[in-house]
This record gives sequence, structure tokens and C-alpha cells, in this order.
Amino acid sequence: MFLQQLVNGVVIGSVYALTAMGATLVYGILRVLDIANAGAYVIGAYIGMTIYALTGNLFASLVATLIVSGLIGVGLERFIYLRLFNKSPVILLITSIGIFIFIEDLLRLLNGPYAKRFPAKLPFDGVQLANLSIPGTWILVMVVTAVLLFVLWYILYHTKIGLAWRATAQDIEIAKAMGINVNLIVALNFFLGYGFAAVAGSLIGIMYNSISPTMGDIPAYKMLAIIVLGGLGNPVGTVIAALVIGLVETFIGGYIGFFFPRDAIAFVALIILLLIRPKGLFASKNI
Amino acid sequence: MYLIVVATIVSIYAILALSVNIVTGYTGRPNLGQASFFGIGAYTTAILAGKYGVGFMPSLIISGMIAGIIGLLLGLVSLRVKEDFLAITTIGFNFVIVAIFQYVPFFGASMGLSIPPLKLFSIPIGHIGLLAIVLLLMLLVILFSYRLERSWLGIALVSIRNNEDAAESLGIDVRRFKVISFGISTFIAGLAGCVYAYYMGFIMSYNFQFMTSIAILSMAVVGGLGTIAGPIIGAVILGLIPEVFRFASDYRLLIYGTILVLMMCFKPQGIMGGDNSTFINLIRKTPPKTAGMDK
Repeated sequence: MFLQQLVNGVVIGSVYALTAMGATLVYGILRVLDIANAGAYVIGAYIGMTIYALTGNLFASLVATLIVSGLIGVGLERFIYLRLFNKSPVILLITSIGIFIFIEDLLRLLNGPYAKRFPAKLPFDGVQLANLSIPGTWILVMVVTAVLLFVLWYILYHTKIGLAWRATAQDIEIAKAMGINVNLIVALNFFLGYGFAAVAGSLIGIMYNSISPTMGDIPAYKMLAIIVLGGLGNPVGTVIAALVIGLVETFIGGYIGFFFPRDAIAFVALIILLLIRPKGLFASKNI
Repeated sequence: MYLIVVATIVSIYAILALSVNIVTGYTGRPNLGQASFFGIGAYTTAILAGKYGVGFMPSLIISGMIAGIIGLLLGLVSLRVKEDFLAITTIGFNFVIVAIFQYVPFFGASMGLSIPPLKLFSIPIGHIGLLAIVLLLMLLVILFSYRLERSWLGIALVSIRNNEDAAESLGIDVRRFKVISFGISTFIAGLAGCVYAYYMGFIMSYNFQFMTSIAILSMAVVGGLGTIAGPIIGAVILGLIPEVFRFASDYRLLIYGTILVLMMCFKPQGIMGGDNSTFINLIRKTPPKTAGMDK
């Protein structure tokens, strides 16, 4: 039971990590609470399902999801966010909510309001131990998340682009003065941010075998709680915070059976934490 | 009849937009949880009038008081957090309040609560009477905002928005005024909640979701933060969109989202905020600092 809950929590947590990573990356550079990122999550689920239905190749559909949604992210950045850079955060927040409403409603109009199935055939089977069963979809979720986060970590901390990214996150003007191609970095940032969220949406669609236009509603706001717990704009903190929230939700749901809805737990934790540590759990001075 | 109902809800939106304007427009602190105070007011009225048969006037005042007191407490607590953290704290508060309304049986849980029709001096008042009361309330809030803009309190609030450190160095008790503005704003939202409860006759936690907070804030921002005419015009425009586009009901949200994005892209200072110098200071001039750090 304990082991089962633990694995369950880690799986949920890793999807949260992937979803919230997009928002963390965008916050890291633009200081926007990017709710539209959850729009990429929904778009990703639909693109993933469509391409999978066409090709039947799971790997290709995940890669295509990442690329297409990433490009949508770059488009949003070029045509909308860049104009508003340096405006009040409230304006950016309302813009991103406007985009989110637009995306969800567009998908509802295109695909109908009802949930659709996403039946993916996995190339491997689940693991069945004495009192622990891990479905294949869970393994898929954990493997894909681990690979993507590893790639991100490698790019951020071990390449020149990553160095430029971190410099831009610290101070965009000075980074520009140092000859960093800030436009490219911001574009890459949105590409990865939206791409990751899209893959997370696809994975959730496969895991629950169901996608719907409103599936982004809860991640949109839970994501905010997670990126704050992770110290706003701190990628490593975000992963830890996402795992913590995933585990806490699972254990509280599994053992105590809280009267609260599962999805409010993250916010209760958030408010309590902010009162004790006003800058988040893993506030760091440099990214 | 239809016009009266629409006018009532638009006026309630205008009151709410003006209330969020006090804390976000004048004091410059983001409040993304105004719907929770709106809800606290509405639920207070539903419990007082529905369960204990309390009259309109006492319900109105108690609703405002309770929302205001909880607002003061949240204001006190949120002194510890800044800007984006504050924004998220208020979002979180909204979710927690909605969860309480939805899961605690005393608040009707998922069944909601119903409110008896409005009576004044034991005479039933129809839709026109309710509209008159809402308009009167709106007028009072407008007058109050007008007085506030020209009072020392209003100047102190605006000085906090423009430059908190400078305001503090001039001897303004920044913490106290931040809490006061939160209290006033949530008190007004509580009043709006009371009339909304009578207007609806039946309330559910669903009415006070985070999206409602966003709708309220959008009205103030689209109209022009820090002005008085702005939030009212914003409430009229965004409040009427669902009615005007009734013929295209399937596309209403799409249109709503598009208008929000276009407004923010092409006129971020709001319709009324054109040459208002107070607003310009709200736009961030300093480059953003490292995440998770303050100045």
C-alpha cells in the first residue's frame, strides 16, 4: 500500500513537474505568471492524439507535440508577449488568461465539448510485483519526464546557451549588453516552456485515456502554486515542489481521506508556506 | 424586464470593479481573489436571510462587515508577501474559500443556498426595486471613490503605488494603508455580494470561482485602473458582451478572450486611462529583478 502510494505520487508529481516547468521557464525570464501555458497542455493533448491516430507511432507523436506546441509558444511570444514586456504584471496576467480562454474555447469548438479517448499502445508492459503494480503508462510518464528534465538540466547548466539563458534570467538588459542574443534565448525559452507543457498534456491524456477541452483548468492554477513553492523561476525547485505536491496529495487522499478536494491541497500548502517563508520553499539567489 | 435584469447585474459588476480598483488601481497591489469576498458577502446574506430570516439592511451591513474583516485579516497576513507572491496568495485564497463553500454542509455544500425574495419594511420589492437599490449602492461607491481620490487617504494609497520606499521615507505608514485599502475594498465587495445573493435568489460556490475574480479585475483593467469612470465602463463593456453576442452564443468565450488580449495589446492603460499620469507610474519602469528576490 505504502509503496503503491509512493509510486503513484511520484508519477503524479512528475507530470506536475513537466507542466509547471513551462511556467517556471517563462517566469524566469519575463516575470509573467503564464496561465496560457496550461493552454499548451490542452493543445498538446489534442495534437498528440491526432498525430497518434494518424501515424500510430507514439514516439513520433510526442516529438511532434513538443515541436508544434513549442512553435505556437514562440508565436505567442513574438506577437503578443513581446509587445507587453515591461508592462505591469497585472496586464500580462490578464493577457495570458485571455489567451488561455481563447485556446480552450477554440479547441472546444473544433473538437466538441466532450471528452475523447486517447488509447495508446505501449511498446512495453507494466510491472507486476507482489503488492505493487505499475501500469505501462506510468512507466512511460516517468521515463519521458525524466528524459525531458535531464535534457533541460543539461542545456541550462552545461551548455553555452544555458549560460546565456541564466544570464538573461538574471538581467535581460545587461545580458543584451554582453552580446547575448536575447531574442533567441527568449524564443527558445517559450519553445521549451510550451513544448514541455504540451508533452505533459499528452502524457496525462494517455495515462487517463481521456482528453477534453477543459482538462487544462486545474493544472493552470495548480501550476501557479507549484512554481511559487519552487521559488518562482527556479527550475530545480519546481521539480522538487511538484514531487512534494504529488506525494502529499496522494498520501492525504489515500490515508486520511481529506474532506477538502484534492486540488485545494496545493493551495492550502501554498498559503501556509508563504506565511512562514514569504519567498517560497526553494528561493534561490541565482538560477 | 430583461433590460432591468441585465442592468442590475452590470451595476453589480461595476461595484465590484470599483472595489478591486481601490486595492489594485490606487494602492497598486494585485488582488486576484476579489470573488472570494464577493462570495463571503453573498453567503453571509444567504445564511442570515435564508436561515435566520434577518432583514435586508442588517444583512447588507453584516455581509460587508464580515467580508471586510476577513479582508483586513488577509491584508495583514499578506503584508509578508510581495507582488507576484501576493497575486498568487490571493488566487490561493480564492480556491480555498470556494472549496470551503463547496464542501462544508453549513454552506449548503454542493447544493448551494437559496435566499428569500427581497422585502423592505415587509413590503416585497420586485426587480425594479432591486435595481434601484443596486444603483443607489453603486452611486454611493462612486461618491466614495471620488472622495477617496481627493482625500489624504487616497493620496497616501497612490503614493504607495507610485513608490513604496519613497512613501515610507516621507513618513507614510505603508503597512497600515495597505491593510486599510484591502479592508475597504473587500467591504465593498461584501456589499455587492449581498445584493447579488438577492438578485440571484440562489447561490452556489461555482458563482465565486477564480474566473469571476479574473472577470472583475479584467473589467477594472480594460476600463482603466486608477480611474473612476474606467471600471464602470469596463463593467458595462465586459458585462454586456455575453448579452450582445447572444446570437453567437457558442463563440462568446472566444470573443471574450480575444477582446481581453487585443485590449491589453493595443491599449494596456485601459479605455479611460489614456493620459492619466497616475496610471503611467503603474507600468513597470525598472527592469525585473531576479526571480524570488525583492528590491
